[in-house]
Amino acid sequence: MAKVRVLVGTRKGAFILTSDGKREKWEVSGPHFGGWEIYHMNGSPADPARLYVSQSTGWFGQIIQRSDDGGATWAPMGNEFAYDGHSGDHVWFDGTPRPWEFKRVWHLEPSYTDPDTVYAGIEDAALFRSTDGAKSWQEMPGLRTGTAADTWGPGAGGLCLHTIRVDPRDNGRVYAAISAAGVFRSDDHGQTWRPANRGLRSAQLPDEDVEVGHCVHRIAFHPSRPDVLYMQKHWHVMRSDDGAGSWHKISGNLPTDFGFVIDVHAHEPETVFVVPIKSDSEHYPPDGRLAVYRSRTGGGEWEALTNGLPQQDCYVNVLRDAMCVDSLDECGVYFGTTGGQVYASADAGGSWAPIVRDLPAVLSVEVQTLP
Amino acid sequence: MIRVVLPAHLRTLARVGGEVQLTVADPVTVATVLDALEECYPMLRGTIRDHGAGRRRAFIRFYACEQDFSNDPPDTALPGPVVSGTEPFLVVGAMAGG
Repeated sequence: MAKVRVLVGTRKGAFILTSDGKREKWEVSGPHFGGWEIYHMNGSPADPARLYVSQSTGWFGQIIQRSDDGGATWAPMGNEFAYDGHSGDHVWFDGTPRPWEFKRVWHLEPSYTDPDTVYAGIEDAALFRSTDGAKSWQEMPGLRTGTAADTWGPGAGGLCLHTIRVDPRDNGRVYAAISAAGVFRSDDHGQTWRPANRGLRSAQLPDEDVEVGHCVHRIAFHPSRPDVLYMQKHWHVMRSDDGAGSWHKISGNLPTDFGFVIDVHAHEPETVFVVPIKSDSEHYPPDGRLAVYRSRTGGGEWEALTNGLPQQDCYVNVLRDAMCVDSLDECGVYFGTTGGQVYASADAGGSWAPIVRDLPAVLSVEVQTLP
Repeated sequence: MIRVVLPAHLRTLARVGGEVQLTVADPVTVATVLDALEECYPMLRGTIRDHGAGRRRAFIRFYACEQDFSNDPPDTALPGPVVSGTEPFLVVGAMAGG
């Protein structure tokens, strides 16, 4: 029987949750790297035993860990993220120029085909790549040199590159999303980039539909149809049908279209999941009722999925890297909360149960579907 | 031998249980001790001082013989008891955070 391995990053360590294909009984392993912030832990599609972890603290900085045996053992890898050449300046909160400075790795995106190739999205926003299994890292400087990056400024969470999506058709297309700059697209394997934010509007900006400056929280696509992208923006849930050439709003009947996560059903490219959050200043579910919303129409029409989720006095948040789906026949959906719960649904959101309830605040959730 | 005491998280990262003992050629300074430490335990590079510029990370402190060397120049000579191994050189995680 197939198995699933859920990789959970928290404020105080990493946890690995495993189950068989029924996803009813779970084994919990951890904390790994206890006391460290684990912004992201992700597995290689090409070799599921290969895991990469971003581990950091304010005291000791950034560590990258690698496992070659599915998380049984770990080894620290290269942790030097040196910007390519003169790093230049970006815009600080007060409008003054501020030198680019490495702070942490937000997201690790392993290659579909090569276990040793992995992308890293970092703060201050830049894209790095390793081709030697994370022993060394090189910036892909075209993202900053060709996109007026000196005009980028941080959101409240920092100037972070938090989402990397590689087109599985191996056509050289890569997407990166940055808060608060927006989406950028490369068609040459990350050598050159251009902004891809047409159609986004942000009332927080003086020019609401400016090309760069939007606070994109997350983008997702279905691997079989990577030209259709979904986005959870600071406010607004958006969709593109032309590879981020343009975007249109699909918030529809959502109770609020603020939120952080968005993901797509493993077998139904028009089925999308979000977790509405009350507002940009109240990061918890509306009315204290936690709900995943699902659209089976590619957006616009949404249904609340609440079976098994707390429906009173729930004031947790779900952060941008903290939702994922498995690829079993009955698609599993997972998300983690800042209250330390990791919820799983083995029926595409129809019902939910907590795998764990009392972890540190969850920063990221990934799942591997294993034979 | 120079004795170095690391904070718990760095002992775990370096996979050492207690004090670290290092051979350091003269002059024995903050910089040469850290150079020797990182040579023996490369996984500690970047965790005590920055890559590149080599600046002490903000929440790290260096103590020895009840003195604070954190803000002294890196080429500051360490006291005789550290050089002789009588006293350890302490790498300390500052009191901060939650």
